[in-house]
Amino acid sequence: MHIVVCMKQVLDLEKIRIKPDTHEPVLEGVPVCLGDFEKNALEQAVRIKESLDDVTVTVVSVGSPKLNKTIMEALAIGADEAVILVDPHVNGSDAMGSAIVLANVIQKIGDCDLILLGEGSTDEYSGQVPSRLAEILDLPQVTYARELEVLDHRIRAVRDLEDMLESVEVELPALVSVTQEINQPRLPPLTAILKAGKKPLHVWSLEDINASAEEVGTDAAVCEELSNLAPAKPRKEMIFDEDIDSSVNQALEALEQEGVLDL
Amino acid sequence: MSGVLVYSEQPPLTLQNLTFASSLGYPAAAAVLGPQGESWSEQYFNHGAQRVYCMDDPSLSGLQTDIVSEALCQIADHAEAEIVLISSTLRGREVAGRLAQKLHVGCITDAAKLRAEEGQWIATRYSLGGKTLSEQVLNSGRKVIAVNPNTFQAEPLASGVKGDVVEVAPRAAVSPVRIIEQKPKPDTGINIESAEVIVCIGRGLESEDDLSMIQEFADIVGGVVACTRPISHDRHWLPEERMVGISGKKISPSLYFGIGVSGQIQQMAAVLDAKVIVAINNDRNAPIFQNADYGIVGDLYQVIPDLIEKLSR
Ligand SMILES: Cc1cc2nc3c(=O)[nH]c(=O)nc-3n(C[C@H](O)[C@H](O)[C@H](O)COP(=O)(O)OP(=O)(O)OC[C@H]3O[C@@H](n4cnc5c(N)ncnc54)[C@H](O)[C@@H]3O)c2cc1C
Ligand SMILES: Cc1cc2nc3c(=O)[nH]c(=O)nc-3n(C[C@H](O)[C@H](O)[C@H](O)COP(=O)(O)OP(=O)(O)OC[C@H]3O[C@@H](n4cnc5c(N)ncnc54)[C@H](O)[C@@H]3O)c2cc1C
Repeated sequence: MHIVVCMKQVLDLEKIRIKPDTHEPVLEGVPVCLGDFEKNALEQAVRIKESLDDVTVTVVSVGSPKLNKTIMEALAIGADEAVILVDPHVNGSDAMGSAIVLANVIQKIGDCDLILLGEGSTDEYSGQVPSRLAEILDLPQVTYARELEVLDHRIRAVRDLEDMLESVEVELPALVSVTQEINQPRLPPLTAILKAGKKPLHVWSLEDINASAEEVGTDAAVCEELSNLAPAKPRKEMIFDEDIDSSVNQALEALEQEGVLDL
Repeated sequence: MSGVLVYSEQPPLTLQNLTFASSLGYPAAAAVLGPQGESWSEQYFNHGAQRVYCMDDPSLSGLQTDIVSEALCQIADHAEAEIVLISSTLRGREVAGRLAQKLHVGCITDAAKLRAEEGQWIATRYSLGGKTLSEQVLNSGRKVIAVNPNTFQAEPLASGVKGDVVEVAPRAAVSPVRIIEQKPKPDTGINIESAEVIVCIGRGLESEDDLSMIQEFADIVGGVVACTRPISHDRHWLPEERMVGISGKKISPSLYFGIGVSGQIQQMAAVLDAKVIVAINNDRNAPIFQNADYGIVGDLYQVIPDLIEKLSR
C-alpha cells in the first residue's frame, strides 16, 4: 500500500511581528516549518506503516527552496521518501493553482492508495486543497477525520463535525484530511534525524510534471488579495502585577467603571 | 449571469445569506437538497429568494460532499448563478472547495465579513493563523463564497414575494463514501456565541474538579464557561461546542475573562470582537496580555477565590 502525505511549509506564525504604525505583518526573515495538522497526517501514515506489511509513505510538498531543509523533519519522523516541487513559476498560486500542482505531482508519482492531508493549513486554513485535490483526482473524500483505520483495501474513519461524530467507510483509493485530535505526533529521535538525509529526496520543477505555467502561479490566480493587515482594535493593556489583593481591587474598579459588571 | 445561488445544509443559515443577497438587489435563488425542500420554500421566498431549486433523491440523504457539490454544480448551471453563497459550516466549506473545482473557479471560505462594492464582492477572512485579516476578491467569471454562520441576520422582507419552485432531477450516482453511524454530540443547550459574559478557561486549570470554582465565579458575573481547544478536545472536560477559536466558536461578549489561557492567536482571533477583555495568567509574558484591556498577573488559584470573595460581598 502506498500512502502520500501532503505537507505544507508555513511561516512560524509565532515569529511574525506586526508593524505598530501600519499594522502590516513583517514576513521577511521569518523561519519556516511544516504545518501542525500535516504532522498529524504524517504520524497517522507512519502508524499505519508500522501496523501493516508493505506500506510505503511518500511526503509531497509544494513550496519555496527552503523545503530542501524543512522536509527533512518529515523524513526523520518516518516517511520513506519525499517529493518536493520547487519552481518560481508556482509562486503566487492561489488554492486552485496549488491544488493543480499537487494533483499533477501525485499523478506523476502514480500508484497511490491513500492521500492524507491536514484539515487545514496552519496559516491560511482555507480547507480548499483537500476538496479541490479530490475533485481533480476524482477520488472520494473524507475530511475532519479524528479516527482512521485501514481494513483490507478500505478505510473506516470517524469524522468530527460540529454536532456529530460520523463514522464512514470507503474503498481505497481515497483522500482523507485529519484533525489534531487523531493522534499525538512523535518527535523524531536524534538517530532518525541523522538518517533522514540518506532517504530519497526528489526535487521537481514544473517541467517534471504535467502542469503548465499558465495554469498556476500569479497570473493564473483568480483570488486576489486586496490587503492583509492586523486588526486595529486598540486594547487598554492595563496589566496589574502587584500583590493579588491590590491587583484584583484595581481590576474590579476598572470593570465597574467600564459598566460591564452586572452583579 | 448575475444571480446569486444560496445554499446551506442548515436552512436557517440560508435565510441569513438570502437576506444579505437580496438586500443588495441581486436576483437571489436558494437550493434545497433532500426531502426538507417544500417545507422551507415559503420561508426562502419571504427572505428574498425569487426561485427555489429543489432536488430530492435518496442519494442526497447522507450529504456526502461529492454528491452535494455535484448537485449544486447542476443547480448553479440551471440558475445561471454568478455567485454561489454557502454557509461556512464544516460541511459547507468542504462542499465550497469541491464545487469551485468542478466549476474551475475561485473560492473563499470562512468569510467573516462580506460586502459588495461596485459589483465586486469583497470578503474578509483571517490569514496568517488569525494574526491578520485579509480582504480578498475573486476574479473568475463565477465565484464560490462560504460565509461564516451568523455573519448576517435573517430578516423577512416587508412585502412577501411569491416565487417559483423548480424541481431539478439529480444526475449524481450514489456516493462511494458509506455512512455507518451518525452519533450526535450532546447538546447542552448553551450557546456561547450569543453570551454577554464569557469565562474562558485554558490549560492553566489543573484538574477537572476545579471547574466548580470556575462555575461559581461565572455564576457571580452572569457568565457562561467556555474553553480552549486542549480543554474540550484533549481533556474532554467541557463539550466541544464550548471551544473558542478559529476552529471553534467565534464570540462577541461584552465581557471576556481568559483564565489560564495563553492567548495563542488561533484562539484569540475569535475573541477580538469582545468589548472588554480581562486576562488572568501567572506568566507576565503570556501573549494574552497584549490583547487584553485589563490583566491580573497571578496564580488563578489565588485570583479566582479572591474575586469570588470580593464580588460576593
Ligand atoms: C493571490 C494569492 C497569492 C498567493 N501567493 C502565495 C505564494 O506566493 N506563496 C505561498 O506559499 N502561498 C501563497 N498563497 C497562499 C496559497 O494559495 C495557499 O496557502 C494554498 O493555496 C493552500 O491553501 P491553504 O493554505 O488554505 O491550504 P488548506 O486547504 O487549508 O490546506 C489543507 C491541507 O492541504 C495540504 N496542502 C496545502 N497546501 C499545500 C502545499 N503547498 N504543499 C503540500 N500540501 C499542501 C496540507 O496537507 C494541508 O494541511 C497565495 C494566495 C493567494 C490568494
Ligand atoms: C490551525 C490551528 C487552529 C487552532 N484552533 C484553535 C482554536 O480554535 N481554539 C483553541 O483554543 N486553540 C486552537 N489552536 C491551538 C492554539 O494554538 C493553542 O495551542 C491553544 O489555544 C492553547 O490553549 P491554552 O491557552 O489552554 O494552553 P496553553 O497555551 O498551554 O496556555 C496555558 C496558560 O495558562 C497559564 N497558567 C498555567 N498555570 C496557571 C495558573 N496556576 N494560574 C494562571 N495561569 C496559569 C500559562 O502561563 C499559560 O499561558 C489551534 C492551533 C492551530 C495550529
